Formats: sequence, C-alpha cells, structure tokens
Amino acid sequence: MFGWEFPPHILGGLGTASYGLTKGMAQNGDMDITFVIPKPWGDEPKDFAKIIGANCTPVAWRDVNWDYVESRIGNVMNPQTYYDLRDHIYSDFNYMHTNDLGCIEFSGRYPENLLEEINNYSIVAGVIARTVNCDIIHSHDWLTYPAGIHAKQVTGKPLVIHVHATDFDRSRGNVNPTVFNIERDGMMHADHIITVSNLTRQTVIDKYGIPAYKVTTVHNAVEPLNDELLNLQAPPGKKSKVVTFLGRITMQKGPEYFVEAAAQVLSKVHNVQFVMAGSGDMMEKMIRLVARRGISDRFHFTGFLKGKQVYEMLKASDVYIMPSVSEPFGISPLEAMQMGVPSIISKQSGCAEILENVIKVDYWDTNAIADAIYSIIKYPAMFKQLQEQGLEEVNQIVWKKAGAKVIDIYHSLIG
Amino acid sequence: MKAICFYFQIHQPFRLKNYRFFDIGNDHYYYDDFANDEIITRIAQRSYLPANEMLLDMIKQYGNKFKVAFSISGTALEQLEIYVPEFIDSMKELAETGCVEFLSETYAHSLASLEDPEEFIMQVKEHDKKIYQLFGQHPKVFRNTELIYSDDISALVASMGFKGAITDGAKHILGWKSPNYIYASALAPKLKLMLKNSKLSDDISFRFSNHEWESYPLTADKYIDWIAQLPDDEQIINLFMNYETFGELQPRESGIFDFMKALPRFAAKKGIEFWTPSEVLAKLKPVSQLAVPFPISWADEARDTSAWLGNTLQTEAVKKLYSIAERVHLCQDRRIKQDWYYLQASDHFFYMSTKHSSDGSVHSHYSPYESPYAAFTNYMNVLSDFMTRVREQFPENIENEELNSLLLTIRNQENEIEQLNREVEMMRRNIVKDTTGDFPVNPDDEKPAEVPAPKKAPAKKPATKKAPDKKPATKKPVAKKAEPKKQAAKASEKPAAKKAAAKKAAPKKKA
Repeated sequence: MFGWEFPPHILGGLGTASYGLTKGMAQNGDMDITFVIPKPWGDEPKDFAKIIGANCTPVAWRDVNWDYVESRIGNVMNPQTYYDLRDHIYSDFNYMHTNDLGCIEFSGRYPENLLEEINNYSIVAGVIARTVNCDIIHSHDWLTYPAGIHAKQVTGKPLVIHVHATDFDRSRGNVNPTVFNIERDGMMHADHIITVSNLTRQTVIDKYGIPAYKVTTVHNAVEPLNDELLNLQAPPGKKSKVVTFLGRITMQKGPEYFVEAAAQVLSKVHNVQFVMAGSGDMMEKMIRLVARRGISDRFHFTGFLKGKQVYEMLKASDVYIMPSVSEPFGISPLEAMQMGVPSIISKQSGCAEILENVIKVDYWDTNAIADAIYSIIKYPAMFKQLQEQGLEEVNQIVWKKAGAKVIDIYHSLIG
Repeated sequence: MKAICFYFQIHQPFRLKNYRFFDIGNDHYYYDDFANDEIITRIAQRSYLPANEMLLDMIKQYGNKFKVAFSISGTALEQLEIYVPEFIDSMKELAETGCVEFLSETYAHSLASLEDPEEFIMQVKEHDKKIYQLFGQHPKVFRNTELIYSDDISALVASMGFKGAITDGAKHILGWKSPNYIYASALAPKLKLMLKNSKLSDDISFRFSNHEWESYPLTADKYIDWIAQLPDDEQIINLFMNYETFGELQPRESGIFDFMKALPRFAAKKGIEFWTPSEVLAKLKPVSQLAVPFPISWADEARDTSAWLGNTLQTEAVKKLYSIAERVHLCQDRRIKQDWYYLQASDHFFYMSTKHSSDGSVHSHYSPYESPYAAFTNYMNVLSDFMTRVREQFPENIENEELNSLLLTIRNQENEIEQLNREVEMMRRNIVKDTTGDFPVNPDDEKPAEVPAPKKAPAKKPATKKAPDKKPATKKPVAKKAEPKKQAAKASEKPAAKKAAAKKAAPKKKA
C-alpha cells in the first residue's frame, strides 16, 4: 500500500482513513500488509502493517554497517529491511540528492515542491516493488498514483487506487491540469478504483471518463473512541445551547450558510451560541459577515483546534453542523455522533449516503438548516432521538466491514 | 354456513403545511390545503367513487344479499365534504340501501384511546354524531384507530354501550387460535370481538396484483374456494382493509373491481353469505375470552403501537399534545377545538417513525416529509403555536381544578342570567298585557326583577368559595344578595359578555 499520511502525524482526513482501512483489513485476517509512507516518525502503530519509509529506502548504494543503520533508522524500521531494499536498487540515482544512507529526503507534508516529491516517491516505489513480494498494489489518493503505476509496471501485479477526493472537490471546479492529469493517469492504469462515496464515484465516471464497472464505492468508517475521550466532561456552568461548525473555513465547507442560518435562529431564540472552529482563507470574510448580521455577541471563532481540543469542543456542543458544498466523504459528523452530538449535514456530502440518524439538508437551504437547528435545541426529544440512535448507528460503521469489501475487490482481481 | 364480513376504512388526515419556527406565534393556520385537496380528490376519483359505484351495483344486482361496513374518520368526512361532496352523496345513496353499516371510531383517527380516556370518549361521541347527521345511523360496533385494541380500551368501549369491537388477529395474541370466530374481551366479557383475518385480507389489499406471488392471478372462484375449504365451524371470515385498496393500492387495470363483482356469485354457489358486523354479533356467540394486556394494532410487522409510539420523537410529540388536553377541554373557541382534532390524527406520528426495511418503506410511502426528523420538527413547531394559543385562553398560573370551578361558576351564572332574563321577558309581557297605561312600556326598566332574583341564588351551589380573590369568584356574593336590581338590569343585555359582567361586578363590591 502506498499512502502519504499515517497517524499520529496527520494533516487531514487522508491519514485517518488510510489507517482505519488498513487496520480494518488486518482484522479480517490472512493479510500481509506493507504500508509505504514518505516519512515515518517512528511512533506509528506497527502491529497490523509493516511500515516502510520512503526516506529510509536507499536508491543509491552506500556501504554502511548494521550498527550505523540501526542508529539512524532503527526507530522506524528493521535494519534488515534496509539491506533487503539495498539489494534491489535498479538504477544509479547518485545524481539525485541523496543522504549518507543513499536515501532521498521527504518532508511528508504538502510542500512547495510537491510534484518533485511525488516523483521521488515513485522512484523509491520501484525499489520497494522489487523487494517486497506482493499480490496487489493499493495507492491512496493522487499523490501516490505515480508510485502505484510504477510498482505495477515492475511487478505486473494488479493496481487498486483509492480515491479519497478528486481535484473537483478541492477546487470547486477550477481544476489544476497537472493534478488532473496525474489523477486521470492513475485511474487509467488502475485495475480497479475504489471511491469513498457514490458522489465521488460519479465524479470519477463523469469527469475522468472512467468506465463504471471499474469503480466501486467503499464508504469510510470510524475508529471507536477511547475511554479518555468518551469520558470528557462538558464544561460546567454552560447556560446556553452551543451549535458548532468544525472544519477548514473554506469555500468547500460552506461556512457562509452556517452564518446565515445562525442569524435566522438568533432572531427568534436568544440562548444559543454559535461556534465556528477552524481556520481557513474565508475566515476574515466570515467575521465580517457575522458583524454585518449583527450577531457577533453570539457567534464565536475559536481558530484551529487540534487533537483533544476537537473532542472537548464537541463535548460542549448540542448541535454539529457540516454544510459542505462538496464533500467526498466527511468523517467529522461521524465523530460528532460518536460524542453524542446530533448532526446536521448537507446532502452534498458523501457521508449522507450512509447516515440515517442525522438531519440532511441542501447546503444552500439556510431556511432548512435554521429549522433543523431550532428543532434540535428546542425539542428535547429530537435531541435525544438523534443522540441515541446516532450513537447506535455510528457504532455499526466500523472499518472491519469496509476492509472486507476491499478484500472482496482484491479477490476478484487476483481471480 | 359461513359468512364474509367486509369492512372498509376511509381516513385522510389534514396534512400540515411547512410551518417554520418563525411562524410560531404569528401564523395560526397550519394546513396544506393544496396537498389535502389534491390527494383526497385524486384518491376519490381513482378509488372511492368507482368503488362506491361498484358496491351500489353489487347491492342492486344481488338483491341486498351483499353487505359491507364502513368506518370513516371525521377528518376524512370533513375533507370529503369540502373537496369531493359528490362522494358524500354517493355514500348516502349506499346508506339508503340498508346493506351498509357504519362503524364508530374516534373523530380524529387519534391515539386518544392510549393516552386520554376522557378525550377518547368525547371523540367517539363526536364521531357518532357526525355519522348520524350524514347517514342517519347510530353506530353499534366500535372500531378503533388502525384497529388499536387492548383490555383497557375494551372496558372503555363497553362502558359506552357498544356491543362489539373490531381489531386485528395479531399472531402474538391469538397463538394457535383462529381469527374466524367471535371472541369476547377479557376485561369486559359482554363486549364481543371480531378479528381481522390478516392472510385473506392482505391477499386482496396487498398481494392481489403481485406477479411474484405464487397464487397470482387471484380469481374470485379460487378465493371463495379457499374460504369454503376452511373447517366447518370457522364461520366468520373478517376481511378488513383500506378502501383505497380498490383503484389505488390495486389499480383498476389489475382487475380488482371485476374480482369484487364476481365474489358474490361464487359465494352463493358455496352457500357463503355476506354479513354486516352487527349481524355477525347478533348471530354468533363468542367461543372464548381474549386477553390483550398490551395494545395491538394492524400496523407494521410487529402489530403493536410502535408505528406511532415507537421512538423518542413520537412519544414526546404525543405526550406534549395530550399534556394540554384538559385545558383544551375547557376552551370554547371553535378554531382551537378544530385544530385540536386535526393535530391528533395518528398520521402525524406515523410520519415520525424511524423504522427501517419493509415497515420503513410503508411509513415513508405515506409521509409527505423527507425524513422523520423533518416530520417531527414541523409538527412540533405547529404544536408550539397551538399550545401558546391554548395557554392564552386562560392564565397559566391557575391550576386546572381551580380553573374548572371558576368556569363552572361562570357557566352557572350564565344559566342564571338566562333564567332571570326569561323572567324579565315574561313579566314584561304581563305588563304589556296590563295596558293600564300606568307603566310606560320602555324596554329598560329596573322594576320587575326585584322579587325572583334572590330566590334563584341559593340554587347554584358549587364549591367556589375556596377561590381566592379572583374576579369571577367575587362576583358570586355580589350576585347573591347585594343588588338584585342591577343584576336584572344587566341581564337584559344578553348573557354573552360573561367575563365583562364579572369584571364590572367586582369593583362595585370594593367600592
């Protein structure tokens, strides 16, 4: 498997989803998974998959002894793997910028020279593909498609690509041609394509011209929360209801619809607070909009929240809202449901396809959003029903089931 | 000797319009007239009217051998009167043949039997009144909303003097017993029970046009054969269904009308008769008692009340609604009474069901809402407005009991004023007869009422004394002795302004 992010060092939803899926597949048993990421930190969980770091894979021969390798990358992977990989260098990459172990450095993030890093990643993939004996190659998101294609050409094994998002979601239609080409190239070379929702599947079919039989939807799932998070206490002395928006404040997430709905609700009810947690390029615009609607006293911006803060915020919330204009899947409402927070989501999100016990609205229908908020904060039965049924529902959405679907696809490819 | 008992249910709720929280307190009209009109007109054109025609033909053709029963909810009747008056006429025509029996039920097709016995009894009486007005029959047999039934309900029904009740032959109640007998209530053994034969009823209403059903196509002689082959002592086959079965659930093209028309012919061959529920109850004796500790119904797989009270949303909405029942009973406002009935329709709660699979699809098929949550939100917004309106009628800080006694006082005084008024009138006429010319015949004169007023006073005795110094209570002592003259004078203004009268009286005493 080729991925770009892996917990705990994650930048977006991709890492969480790749991790969950891998774990889910391992739970189905009889799987040997090697997961390649650009830059492991050493604290990744290794119990169900072998982690190979692209920055620990030599592409140029260096004569280094065991102890030295051990001291350099021992915290990330077994030195023996290093030597195995070194035996499979297929070309002289000394002209490239390599370090003392003959490895290429990776940032593992989304740097300026991302395209170069993607290219390097696919060079490394060649070495790994020659070393690791596999039956199937699985690439997560466009950054790793070139690596997947390369590995497929080396090994002749079937390639599955996993579309977590397309550039159409990220850019609202202003597609970057380079990215589009990489994506389409990956899809053309793939033996099978997995999308995270039917919405994304349709995009792949319509916009990238991929025949429908090659594309299957496997919806994402969530990891059960640990007790520490579940036992978080709501802040004491809370007097008013809290409605929360959590996510990047960008056009894709539809923050302005949240503000408009808030203004409607506040014209009728007063003991409600609205929170917009996160940061993004539309934040200032939103602050101005809130001021213009005259609801600044009841509308708060928290800035970017990370890790446990997210769950603390959820714990203090009575309603979670995700009015995304376009969302391939959107895992955060599921997390809100896990914390027992009723959710309102847009019909334009992928997770709307599998969730029953949430309120679904059109993202542009601020009247409906306002009605839904009002109903949840005003009628305790509504809150209770969504909370209890939502929790029950979300507990059924486990990665193991998603993993089983992926394995089925594998079997059909291997024959 | 076997008999078939047909009974058809007709019900339509007043669907609510999209009622936003902004409307609470501003807009007091709750109904989606367009949808209600459209739906009932469509169903009437496709189903009710042709089916009525069919029944009329059959009754004429088979010389009154063919009989059926109807249960039509009050809300459906109201809609039909407004939107499809020709249906009412056609129904009257059917009623005149004497082969059609009308059953009793709750006016609003409500869940009152489960929640509020007092309301339940009032609604049943209201419904029976309506049936009598329209069709000239006093219903003898009771059928509850969606065949909801339990021992407790049976006691209520029996107390209202019904001979029998109709309910579902739910498997978990009957066990090995057959629905093709008459049973008796365990709690009120005088009340006979007729049970729906689910299999044979659903063969017509749900499976008739199903190509995948092994018995497809269903013909009248095959169907009658099935009935004839039942054991000899199973005498009564109760076929209960929605009237929409004909033409709507089973489209005309499926041949459902021809199937029905052919039934009596084949039935006659096998010696099977058609009886109305009253006839059934008169002719057959109960074979045993049936205990139903928990309510059953004919809805959903579970055959219980979970279709309306299955989740938190539904129980909350129902609980909130009936929490103001007592207050509504005290109200005189006609529009409040009307809304009160319309909001009780069980359908509103049916839409809020969160069941999945086959049951869920039935719920969403009938629901005008996108999701149960939307149904709940809309209903609760309407209910919030309704509740504020009810509360505005009377101050909230007065307890119901106290309010009750105050209202009783007012009503008694109203009666008294009317009495006095009549006496004034009488005396005035006497004066006019006098025509001695001693007394001018002016309308407003204070002379006459002096004598009779105090006589009447002790007659009204209610326990209003404990009431603190609230305005209506203070009126009593005033009325009793203080100034009968004034009282009489006021009486001549007609008793309409009872509260005004009370207010006027109060300061008088203080001064």
